[in-house]
Amino acid sequence: MQNRIYQSVFSRKIVFSLILLILLLAPLFLSDFRLNLLGKFLAFAILAIGLDLLWGYTGVLSLGHGIFFGLGAYAMAMYLKLEATGGKLPDFMAWSGIQELPLIWIPFQYPILAIILGILIPACLALFLGYLTFRNRINGVYFTILSQALVLVIVTLFIGQQNLTGGTSGLTNFSTFFGFQINSATTQTVIYFVTVVALVLVFLGCKKLVKGRLGRVLVGVRDGENRMRFLGYNPSTYKTFVYTISGAIAGLAGMLFVLQVGIISPTMIGIVPSIEMVLWVALGGRGTLIGPVIGAVFINAAKTGFSESYPDYWTYFLGALFVIVVVFLPKGIMGLVEKLKERWNKVDVKESSSVEIEKNYS
Amino acid sequence: MSELMLTLFNGASLGSILLLIALGLAITFGLMNVINMAHGELIMIGAYVTYVMQNLFISYLPSQYFDFYFILAIPVALLVAAGFGMIMEFSLIRFLYKRPLDSLLATWGVGLMLQQLARSIFGAPNVGVKSPSFLNGGLEVGTLLLPYSRLFILGLSITCLIGIYYYFYRTASGRRVRAVMQNRQMAECLGVSTRKVDLLTFAIGSGFAGVAGCAITLLGAIGPALGTSYIIDAFMVVVVGGVGALFGAVAGAFGIGFFNTAFEYLTNASIGKVLIFLLIIAFLQWRPSGLVTSRSRSLD
Repeated sequence: MQNRIYQSVFSRKIVFSLILLILLLAPLFLSDFRLNLLGKFLAFAILAIGLDLLWGYTGVLSLGHGIFFGLGAYAMAMYLKLEATGGKLPDFMAWSGIQELPLIWIPFQYPILAIILGILIPACLALFLGYLTFRNRINGVYFTILSQALVLVIVTLFIGQQNLTGGTSGLTNFSTFFGFQINSATTQTVIYFVTVVALVLVFLGCKKLVKGRLGRVLVGVRDGENRMRFLGYNPSTYKTFVYTISGAIAGLAGMLFVLQVGIISPTMIGIVPSIEMVLWVALGGRGTLIGPVIGAVFINAAKTGFSESYPDYWTYFLGALFVIVVVFLPKGIMGLVEKLKERWNKVDVKESSSVEIEKNYS
Repeated sequence: MSELMLTLFNGASLGSILLLIALGLAITFGLMNVINMAHGELIMIGAYVTYVMQNLFISYLPSQYFDFYFILAIPVALLVAAGFGMIMEFSLIRFLYKRPLDSLLATWGVGLMLQQLARSIFGAPNVGVKSPSFLNGGLEVGTLLLPYSRLFILGLSITCLIGIYYYFYRTASGRRVRAVMQNRQMAECLGVSTRKVDLLTFAIGSGFAGVAGCAITLLGAIGPALGTSYIIDAFMVVVVGGVGALFGAVAGAFGIGFFNTAFEYLTNASIGKVLIFLLIIAFLQWRPSGLVTSRSRSLD
């Protein structure tokens, strides 16, 4: 009997609803500053779900998700920048002597188009790279290395094309979003709710994706790519598809990030942030979808807490975390929870063995 | 014409550095299926060893012996980096065989800690290493001036290459390494201690990273993040060259070196990087597992 209560308390649906309730009520008991931070973490969590879909389920590790995140973020930032300057050229362009709005900036005058492009551009880049690498069965490790090289290339490009991208300082100083003051508390609260809704939608969408037949194929590709091939599936199609979806999700996360943080620069999307994103997924537990959300919020909260007061120790801690998670916690926090749950149940079973039998029959 | 020659020379120079770095990576990846992201930090260790040697010579020896510090720094850097590599292999990497992606993350963590360690010991700003006087100036060829320091790096990497070639193809120990690389289980059955081979090979790969770090001090100031700027290009060399034989690494390193220099000369640094990346992707359409691969019938 007791066992059932534990099980229902721990059932995923209830945990999920509880987390959702807390997130929705957060504006009531958090200050504006804290709420803004939480919103930022949730934007990261959205990205982590997409990354988990790719790594946890399909077994493809991308060290380049910062770029997809960045492309979404820059798309949104370009729109915000144009709205802030009110039809004139952004300041850094004027400094480098540009007279007219460059061609690639023109679509970003329109908010709806900017939002669509913020998802479409990263998706297309992922599709392009994914198609070319998965098509001819490039070794998984080679793909990972290439994805990291992609980060280096794009970041160098963004820094190099200073008159188009704002260079190392990136894009900042935004004023309005759809005509609303972007820094006002009300707008930020609304954006926070939009982020929560986006997180829930992405989570449920991915959950649906992996629960169905597709999810099983993906796990099959992860665990035995050649066997899947012999069974008549084409793993490269599946990998490319998931990589594209994952890139699109990262773009969405980037847009929500910029709206809440108000700045995007090449250092935020570079090699180090990109690999940190992988750590969120690893710490939370790959292949669980909810784990990466927890991992992303946890690590970023810890980072905000520690790194300001002890930046040196934070780097040591982060480095150690990589090692510890890989060696001792390959299934992450969720794996730890599972283990604890099992142990708890076992203790119960010893107390009343009838429950165990009942469970076996049901 | 002279500009073309200079581009060629710079390409060869970059290629020789990449070769030094990539050799260790290719061997460990081919042998143990381990991606060592901390390789860049081993380079950094080599560079700081050179810096420390320089300071020791300045403070304890009369100035006429100063130039010898660099000659001495090369073997010391090799040994120190190899030592670090051995510690890493023994305490961490041997638990991660056959899990390349996990090894990548764990070694990245190690690299992060080593970088921070260097930052705590030597400080975050870059430090300069004074080149020995015999490497100042350059060789005049026609209208060109080829810096001695770059020629020295070229010579150093060729020496290392010959050394590695001799070790792999002419000694019993090297033969064992190749045997394990080609078929681990069979080698084990025939009495090769794969543990020892792994440990030794990892140490050798790390040692060459140290030598590379020593050489890099000739090119400019060094800092804790020194390795990161070279490591991705070095990984590209491994991807392009394949892991089957030394020739792959050599071709990959000089190929990337030349094209990188040429593209940067023709366009600019950032566009050049994009072009070389696209070129590598295009190359992989033709040879998905790199230039040279050891063929086997096993799947996965």
